[in-house]
Amino acid sequence: MKAFTYQRAGTPAEAAAAAAQHPGARFIAGGTNLLDLMKLEIETPPHVVDVNGLELDKIEPMPDGGLRVGALVRNTDLAADLRVRRDYAVLARALLAGASAQLRNKATTAGNLLQRTRCPYFYDTNMACNKRKPGSGCAAIGGYTRQLAIVGHSDACIATHPSDMAVAMQLLDAGVETVRPDGTARTIPIADFYRLPGTTPHIENTLTSGELITAVTLPQPLKGRHYYHKVRDRSSYAFALVSVAAVVRPDGVGRVALGGVAHRPWRVPAAESRMPQGAKAVTDELLAGARTTADNAFKVPLVQRTLAAVLADARKA
Amino acid sequence: MTDSTDINQTRRDLLIGGALSATAAALPLGCAHGAESGAATPAPVTAKVALRVNGQRRELELDTRTTLLDMLREHLHLTGTKKGCDQGQCGACTVIVDGRRINACLSLAVMHEGAEVTTIEGLGTPDKLHPLQAAFVKHDGYQCGYCTPGQICSAVAALDEIRRGVPSHVSADLNAQPLLSPAELRERMSGNICRCGAYSNIIDAITEVAGGKA
Repeated sequence: MKAFTYQRAGTPAEAAAAAAQHPGARFIAGGTNLLDLMKLEIETPPHVVDVNGLELDKIEPMPDGGLRVGALVRNTDLAADLRVRRDYAVLARALLAGASAQLRNKATTAGNLLQRTRCPYFYDTNMACNKRKPGSGCAAIGGYTRQLAIVGHSDACIATHPSDMAVAMQLLDAGVETVRPDGTARTIPIADFYRLPGTTPHIENTLTSGELITAVTLPQPLKGRHYYHKVRDRSSYAFALVSVAAVVRPDGVGRVALGGVAHRPWRVPAAESRMPQGAKAVTDELLAGARTTADNAFKVPLVQRTLAAVLADARKA
Repeated sequence: MTDSTDINQTRRDLLIGGALSATAAALPLGCAHGAESGAATPAPVTAKVALRVNGQRRELELDTRTTLLDMLREHLHLTGTKKGCDQGQCGACTVIVDGRRINACLSLAVMHEGAEVTTIEGLGTPDKLHPLQAAFVKHDGYQCGYCTPGQICSAVAALDEIRRGVPSHVSADLNAQPLLSPAELRERMSGNICRCGAYSNIIDAITEVAGGKA
């Protein structure tokens, strides 16, 4: 690990200002992803701003009937919150499907959103990776691609986003509240938060330099049955091959988002209008234009079958 | 007979001695102080941290890069907590911080100002075992024992999570009190890998302490 200076921030604005003053600085909260990457020297921040003291750890009701989730709310606490379990089950299920209990105890809401990819070529510093070292190429293309993206990827990067929580947040139309180094605050709709790789896969979201996530807002609850079905190589503690987040009403109308298939949580409004027509119609729309490899072509039928299982269960209700 | 002390040197002593001599050979003294080495090898950045470990107050000044795991093992010599993968995958480093289990390898020591840390050494002693320690012995919940301190710390916290009603991935009803079933315990213990494969005995040990049938 490269040496770094360390600072405990007292307020969100102070944290954002500190990050802006130290180019390349990183915020640290849970640290479960950042420290792993620092040990491998994939992340080499010269300055680390500890935001754990910022008191952004509350879950509060909002006037519109939604919830505001503080950036530092731990994954365990968000999944265990009685309101989340009752009204946002898709989110509780997504959180509980991710990582291990030890990691969920540390990992935060904002940190989960900002997880880096688990593409093995990003982790292996001997390999070319445009995300780790812009312009160096992508060794994953033409390599071992079983886990990697089938839709929305580019000739520069075929990595997937690893978060389960973010897939549920995408489904729920969450908002990402931030503060910038000049003290101004804004809310970024999650639909505008993540970027596709294009020619700049190292730029993963629309946060600006030093911008700190302070909360995630959830609009009022969605009626219908909530699902998060995650398919993986072992039944616990593994990243998704594909995952399906869905909220389905008895008449078959609803929303759907996918994990494990793209550089960002994957949601296509046109696909949702076809939900009453069944899993094939929805999958055709969701994965229109998919480009698969021999290794990961299985993800297309896997999405359709997982979605079919969800829709069949919803009809039983 | 004068050789007996050498013969009785423990494996740990040998490993420590070996590691020290290797470090001494690899690191010129000047590097450690950053005096003659110039800008290429700057002196380590340090920071202070005060916390409680197994009920005892500790104050340290550490390289900011020191993980909670390395603080426990290398600075406080609490070697019960083990380093397995050092990347959060195996759970051998599991300790309980402020009542919650975490991977000590994926946390910086300096982030734990004021924290209350419990390691395997704080749970029980050879004369007075924690109930889970006794149950692991009774049910043969290990072979080599390397993952065991992490397994036991993790199990202590897992049972507390069930008591507090924290749901898991396999809980059929998110809003009901979780069961003490083997399926629940296996899911909740999935962050602790046992290379020897003592899983079924580990679940038996935890089930007995939880008050279920082993």
